[in-house]
Amino acid sequence: MGDWWTAAMMPDPAHDTKDLSSISGISMSPCRQNSPPSLHSSMALPRTSYSVLSAFCTEDNVSQCIVYINQEVCSLGLSGVGLECVSDGPSAVPLLNVLYEVLQLQKRSQRALQELENQQLKTSSDLEHLQHSNSRLKDQLEHTRRENSGLHEGERRLQLKIKTLQNCLKSEKDEVQKLQSIISSRATQYNHDTKRKERECTKLKERLNQLLMDKRDKKLAIEVSNYVGRSDGKRGLWKTGKMEARHEGEMYKALLGDYESRQRSLMLENSELKKVLQHMKKDMISILSPKKARVKTEPTDDSLERVGSEGEEEAADSSRETLEQACEQAREQLTNSIRLQWRRLKSHMERLDSQASLVACQEREGEDQMSRREQEDEIQRMRLEVQQCKEFIHVQQQLLQQQLSSPCDDETAALLNDCYTLEEKERLKEEWRLFDEQKKNFEKERKNFTEAAIRLGHERKAFEDDRAAWLKTQFLNMTPFVDRKRPALPEAECALSASTEPEAKIQSTPPLLTKSQSYRAFSTPRAAPVKMPSTADLYRSLRLIPESRGHGRRQSGETVRSRLRNGSVDCSVFSLVRDENSPI
Amino acid sequence: NFSEVLKQSNQLSKVSPDGKYMATCVQYRLMVRDINTLQIVHLYSCMDQVMHMEWSADSLFILCAMYKRGLVQVWSLEQPDWHCKIDEGSIGLVSSRWSPDGRHILNTTEFHLRITVWSLCTKSVSYIKYPKACQKGMDFTSDGRYMALAERRECKDYISVFVCDDWHLLRHFESETQDLAGLEWSPNGCVLAVWDSCLEYKMLLYSLDGRLLSSYSAYEWSLGIKSVTWSPSSQFLVIGSYDEKVRILNHITWKKITEFEHPGTISNSKAVVFKEMEKSAVVGRDDLSIHQLTVGNSLFSTQSKYEITQLPTQVPVIKPDLDRANPKIGISAMAFSADNRYLATKNDNMPQSLWVWDMQRLSLLAVLEQTAPVRCFNWDPCRPRLALCTGNTRVYLWSPAGCVSVNVPVEGSFQVQSLFWHCSGNSLILLSKEQLCLCYMDSDDKK
Repeated sequence: MGDWWTAAMMPDPAHDTKDLSSISGISMSPCRQNSPPSLHSSMALPRTSYSVLSAFCTEDNVSQCIVYINQEVCSLGLSGVGLECVSDGPSAVPLLNVLYEVLQLQKRSQRALQELENQQLKTSSDLEHLQHSNSRLKDQLEHTRRENSGLHEGERRLQLKIKTLQNCLKSEKDEVQKLQSIISSRATQYNHDTKRKERECTKLKERLNQLLMDKRDKKLAIEVSNYVGRSDGKRGLWKTGKMEARHEGEMYKALLGDYESRQRSLMLENSELKKVLQHMKKDMISILSPKKARVKTEPTDDSLERVGSEGEEEAADSSRETLEQACEQAREQLTNSIRLQWRRLKSHMERLDSQASLVACQEREGEDQMSRREQEDEIQRMRLEVQQCKEFIHVQQQLLQQQLSSPCDDETAALLNDCYTLEEKERLKEEWRLFDEQKKNFEKERKNFTEAAIRLGHERKAFEDDRAAWLKTQFLNMTPFVDRKRPALPEAECALSASTEPEAKIQSTPPLLTKSQSYRAFSTPRAAPVKMPSTADLYRSLRLIPESRGHGRRQSGETVRSRLRNGSVDCSVFSLVRDENSPI
Repeated sequence: NFSEVLKQSNQLSKVSPDGKYMATCVQYRLMVRDINTLQIVHLYSCMDQVMHMEWSADSLFILCAMYKRGLVQVWSLEQPDWHCKIDEGSIGLVSSRWSPDGRHILNTTEFHLRITVWSLCTKSVSYIKYPKACQKGMDFTSDGRYMALAERRECKDYISVFVCDDWHLLRHFESETQDLAGLEWSPNGCVLAVWDSCLEYKMLLYSLDGRLLSSYSAYEWSLGIKSVTWSPSSQFLVIGSYDEKVRILNHITWKKITEFEHPGTISNSKAVVFKEMEKSAVVGRDDLSIHQLTVGNSLFSTQSKYEITQLPTQVPVIKPDLDRANPKIGISAMAFSADNRYLATKNDNMPQSLWVWDMQRLSLLAVLEQTAPVRCFNWDPCRPRLALCTGNTRVYLWSPAGCVSVNVPVEGSFQVQSLFWHCSGNSLILLSKEQLCLCYMDSDDKK
């Protein structure tokens, strides 16, 4: 089979390689292209064999044909033996076998061809693809190459630039250096010049001075009408060595004075600061000492600190003494001790802080929860209470509404009446109390009145006595023995007064006994006609009281409703009356 | 509470040190007035227009210098017919001043060739050679006993300390400066502050006996010191420099205590910024014609008041030309109040603002922002009260309580160019170009 394949393909390679694209065309129409060289392609042979069989094999040349076919079959590698042995006539069986084999062969080759064609297609497409990618890559390559060259070019240019810039920098640096040197040289030149100029100037000035001095400038003069005394009144002094020394002395004195004053102020300041320091120290010690005691109790604290604190206290004491000495040692000691104490204080404070914060944190956590729960409970309770109160109020309101809307309701009315009577009772009690008070006031007044009446009685008695005496004297004057009667007059008076006293007593008792009696009874006594109007006035003004009192008494027995309205009015009247009474 | 307007020329008007008289120059005339009545007490005629006028320390003499002629005339208050004339001759005269005792006159000749010391007591003359021409080359101690003088010889700076009584040279020493620019005694007269020219920041402090106590330099390679002032208590030495900062040195270690910056934006919440607001008087159109005739001048006048601005705020800053000599930048003027409590400073590139610092808290207290550049500012010699002018018709006063602007109620325009206080602090003398005016302070209603 392999032989056949190669043989069949032998003429083709050149053709195949020559035109790859024509492969598909060949496979599509193999008979048309392969028919002229039919011998070359064995594949076309079986199809066309029947149509040309008549031309190829006749009755005459059967044997030759058979031989030929045999040869051909043999060359194909098949066993064409069957054909040889049938010499007399073409037997069908070997022929058919051969044919079958040939057909098989042909089919197989066909399939192979198909496969090959497919493979060919695949490979060609692969090839195409590869070619495409190849070309693309080539393009890319080209592109990158171009880019690369561009970059190279840029780099080159930049490098050039750098080079030029470096050159520039160098030249600039050179220039700067040059300029600096120029500047410095100029500066020196300038300085030199100025110095020269200045020297010249001074020389010129000197010369000018010289000239002026030489010339004895006529104009240079002072005209003073007369000399003026010195401001300090002293005469000018000659310049002598003594003077010089004195000046020096004065200068140093001034300086010394200044330094002394400055030192004094500094001393003052220093002492102030020392005081502050002392104070601070004391404070510090007082702050630290209780802590120290606690430190001793605490086993956690290291003993080093304790030792430090003790030593420090000593230092503090010693420094307090040395403070006054104000020497270097003392200062050092002082600063050291202060520093130590300060450090201790700081650490102490820090520890306290941390402790406090720790404790506070713990407490807060516990407390927070507790208090919150409590608070919530409380709030809940309060809310409930408020709710209850509200309900209560609501109910009351409703009841009131009902009562108002239906006054005919007997039961409620009775209930309400009960309420009202209770209220009334209260009010009455109050009023009773007021009445009592009033009564007391009246009593007081009555007493006053009785006293006044007694006084009046007395007065009247006196007056009547006077009148009697006067009448007596008159009478006696009319009688011839006037002189003799005069010494006896006082005795008569006494007798008269004694007789009036019991009468007054009698007068004062009735009002006390007859309390319920009206005050009008007072107006009846035989009061002196002269004094009547004033007492009457008093009565009139005071008559208000018994009237209102009677009114109140009368009303107490009356119905509740009317009392309600009048109560307040009465009260106000009473208060008014009381105010009026109080002065009496 | 303003006086009538008086004439003056060259802004030559000075109150005598005892506060009783005021001397004014008008052209060649010298008038001495009583400060209370403003009546002319004496009238003197000089030989030429007066360029400089000065009272002697004891208020007995007045010196009038006529630089063009090289002449100095001295007048006595006690004896009006007494006179003295000093002629410096052909050498010329550039500066003339009293010695503190009021009996000697120090004349500086042209080119700073020498200083001539004329004595009124003995008619004697003495010369001091080689004085240096600089910002402030000569200073007397406040008690008038010593004089320090900057000298230049052999291209080196020297300082001479003289005893003013008899012009005896007490000390002469070389100073460690490149180019000395100025020197100033401390108010207690024991320390001499010497500073270098603006090319170098260098401050030297010398004792009275010529020892160098300390030297201070804040920075290098930049323009340095512009102004120097002692506090009245000698406790602080303040240095204003071209970097827009004020540095304060203490009197014990001569080290810097603090420095005050003058930033363009004020954000310090403790400071108060007073901004002057100008408002033109509003006149209705209707009565314009009527008022124009009657009111005339006041129509164009503007009202001004201070407003406290919210912080932070911007201070107007001008851009100085740094290439030119003496650029307008840096602290050019500083002044302490009499009680040492406040310091007022002016930064040249913020010409419209005046800064007031509290020296107890060492912080900025107030900033006065004017509408025009500040011309002149002065502290009341008795109270913490600051007066300033900006070349317009108003005077501005600052005190810790607040700020007011007062219009000068004068016929015509009175543009206040400079001002100074009477030594009692009760009145303020305002100078315009050709006029002067007294402003009386009622301590009650100005508070």
